[in-house]
Amino acid sequence: MFKRLADSGPAIAITVDGKKVTARAGDTVAAALLAAGIDHCRTTPVTGAPRAPYCLMGVCFDCLVTVDGVGSRQGCLIPVHDGMKVETQLGRREAGR
Amino acid sequence: MIAAADLASSCDLVVIGGGPAGLAAAALAARAGVSTVLFDENPGVGGQIYRAITSTPVSDRAILGEDYWDGAALAAEAKASGALIVNGATVWSLDRQRLVGVSLGGKARLIEAGRVIIATGSQERPFPIPGWTLPGVMTAGAAQTALKAHGLVVGARTVLAGGGPLLWLLAAQTLRAGGTIDAILDTTPRRNWLQAILHLPDFALSPYFAKGLALLREVRGRVRVHRADRIEAVGTDRVREVVFSSGGREQRLPVDLLLLHQGVVPNVNLANAAGVAHVWNDRQLCFVPVLDADFGSSAPGIAVAGDGAGIAGGTAAAERGRIAAIAAVRALKPEAVVPDTQAIRQSLQREEMGRAFLDWLNRPADSFRQPVGDTIACRCEEVTAKQVRDTANMGCEGPNQMKAFLRCGMGPCQGRLCGLTITELIAAERKTSPEEVGYYRLRPPVKPITLAELASLPISEAERKAVER
Amino acid sequence: MAGDEFDVAVVGGGLVGVATAWGLAREGCKVVVLDEGDRAVRASRGNFALVWVQSKGLGLAPYAGWTIRSSNAWRGFSDLLKQETGLDVSFQRPGGFHLCLSEKELETRANNLRRLHNQPGIVDYKTEILDHDQVRKMLPDIGPEGVGGSFCPLDGHVNSLRLFRTLHAALNERGVTYLPSHRVETITREAGEFRLATPHGEIRASKVALAAGNANMRLAPMVGLEAPMKPERGQIVVTERLRPFLNHPVVTLRQTDEGTVMIGDSKEESIDPSGLTIGVSATEAERAVRQFPLLANVNVVRTWSAIRVMTQDGFPIYDESQTHPGAFTVCCHSGVTLAANHALTIAPMIARGALDASLVAPFSARRFHVQEAG
Repeated sequence: MFKRLADSGPAIAITVDGKKVTARAGDTVAAALLAAGIDHCRTTPVTGAPRAPYCLMGVCFDCLVTVDGVGSRQGCLIPVHDGMKVETQLGRREAGR
Repeated sequence: MIAAADLASSCDLVVIGGGPAGLAAAALAARAGVSTVLFDENPGVGGQIYRAITSTPVSDRAILGEDYWDGAALAAEAKASGALIVNGATVWSLDRQRLVGVSLGGKARLIEAGRVIIATGSQERPFPIPGWTLPGVMTAGAAQTALKAHGLVVGARTVLAGGGPLLWLLAAQTLRAGGTIDAILDTTPRRNWLQAILHLPDFALSPYFAKGLALLREVRGRVRVHRADRIEAVGTDRVREVVFSSGGREQRLPVDLLLLHQGVVPNVNLANAAGVAHVWNDRQLCFVPVLDADFGSSAPGIAVAGDGAGIAGGTAAAERGRIAAIAAVRALKPEAVVPDTQAIRQSLQREEMGRAFLDWLNRPADSFRQPVGDTIACRCEEVTAKQVRDTANMGCEGPNQMKAFLRCGMGPCQGRLCGLTITELIAAERKTSPEEVGYYRLRPPVKPITLAELASLPISEAERKAVER
Repeated sequence: MAGDEFDVAVVGGGLVGVATAWGLAREGCKVVVLDEGDRAVRASRGNFALVWVQSKGLGLAPYAGWTIRSSNAWRGFSDLLKQETGLDVSFQRPGGFHLCLSEKELETRANNLRRLHNQPGIVDYKTEILDHDQVRKMLPDIGPEGVGGSFCPLDGHVNSLRLFRTLHAALNERGVTYLPSHRVETITREAGEFRLATPHGEIRASKVALAAGNANMRLAPMVGLEAPMKPERGQIVVTERLRPFLNHPVVTLRQTDEGTVMIGDSKEESIDPSGLTIGVSATEAERAVRQFPLLANVNVVRTWSAIRVMTQDGFPIYDESQTHPGAFTVCCHSGVTLAANHALTIAPMIARGALDASLVAPFSARRFHVQEAG
């Protein structure tokens, strides 16, 4: 998987499905997940297949996650912040969150 | 940071995308005194080629190479120009009246633009092989973004597959950064040389010639390269191994990461939704907008610059952005002093010289563009190649009818990862050309916005009456 | 196709055309469907997919009965399609709502229903007016601004895109000849047969069924018929797929079996199918959020506009030609709701060569002249 170069930025504490994950300043949510070795960030609403970030440039929508309670956010476009709560999105999104 | 509410409701020029074309266009127009807003979706400018140019944690300049650092000057120039550069801003709508719909910090706004330059660049061509949706399969561009923007480099059990300049560049950058690549699976058909060789003399004169050779030497010396005419990513919860064959001989490699790449194609969604006419480019195997010499499109006042106008690379993109900006300034503010386009056009021509060679040499094989069987064609709606082929044979002759029948292209990516595949599959089954088959007709929002954002937009009395009856 | 002769040429490959063609094939007819291409203006790709009863019939009482006939036939129709193709078009008839966001809207709604049901000869289809609390028992996520609405137990919905695909698949199974990019330019009747000129040659058939939507206006006079049309544009907003939250379709908002929410029902005079009015989408979105506040943060993945097939008075036209025996019109706005009738009632009539006046006489285009004379 991915490893960090020595010169990555200062640490940022986020949680992923309630577990503590250390990201770095400048990370997007998707980058933080990849760096933490998290295998998949969602399952599809069609067949429930696991998916993980694919393009990291905002076109594929495979890195959709729930961020701070809001579902279907593009993880590769959202910078992390201290205390951010990221959740795996399972299948179809629930209306209202 | 500017908020959506602080954006002016109109401006002279809106530039969409902060890569080389957008940065160069915004800088030139703003310096000429035209009120210019540049919207860019990412946290920082640079686009993909100069991704995170103002913030990259990769301090050793040798890792990403001097071509990458060229972007710093473009970014600085744009910043100093007086153009309003808005990052984290997603443009989700553009129409023929040049009304720009933008979403910023979860709030939507509509902005009237005198002129628009679409500089949304390119994306990687879909690479529909069996298993390409498994976690652990990514694009080479994604790995490059991880490196540039986040200082993440790939570790052991990584295989690269495909072809094209970016694949080799990523390999070189990865090795320089201390990363590991177990193997490269080269999918470029050898017979491509037959066409490419005709354009070798031009390529030899282009700046890409020496760079390309050096890159190949750098990588081939350190990574095992296999030829492959079939590739499959295997695993259930994630990719575990890559199976490939060449001339019928099958091999397997264990992998944690399989990075795919077979060239880049214009990102057509916004231009398409704005009603810009496109044509099939058979050399680049993609749809490109129909443009005049100043990159003006069929929609009045809307230009498409950069790789969105057809793939030509980062330096060419900046020159195209400047040419489009000069045309915009001339239309908006005829008295303004603008640079002479002749020198820019000459430079652009130099940059574009080797393109025919690169296009023909790296032309992906049919089998990697036109999948068969249960291979997924549409990732969002999980539509298989077989379903598309069968439906084409039932009489469905275009992607819009296909979309209605199978839902391909209806997911959140809005056809970005399946559009070309669907067109090519229909053309193959119906024995016609992609030009004849055509492309999805796209609609706003080209990127999702929330219902609340849509609900917050201005509503006229007539518009309300069209719904409340 | 030169030399091929068909029993019936169906002009139009949209829902009305393919439902009729499938019904004809079931009757043993040798059928050809002549369609336009991928970019045709198609209400079949742009509709709201309701199988709807409430509100139908104001101004033409027999239309209510005709609609209920189709609504009642729909379950059997979808079962037949499933048997033939294995595809489930997801027909559901849980009863549907018309929701109101103000007392004034509710009053207008109640008045319209009263006028509808006061017509002589109308079938009473038991539409009730419910207040907020009554509505909330069935639609728990309704917002406080939803003051009430009307409910009709006969209302339902279907996956209309899958219906479109299923009918095409069923035609394919039954060996019906489907010819896309065969726009019919002219129709003539010579030596007892119809000759239909297309860019790809002439098609000959003993009978012709015009099911070309708004284009029937151009085609009908060629065979001694008429179809006065008044097309209009409607716009829809579509969300991402969500977990099920809505058990009943609302006339302006429904959750599909796939999970997406469709929001809409606008009317604009424009007939430009490529245009889209953002303010209209905004109004639809605003009303949707007031009706169901939990939708506020949901992502919109698509908006679209489409041209409604609409006759001048809004009611269907079913006709047979006096001057060109064997020519029929099958033309209506509600191609989804009435699909069961077109397949199971109209098609057999065409196969027999004559419309059954006891069922469809009120829908002849001759009514437009009666009105003029009056």
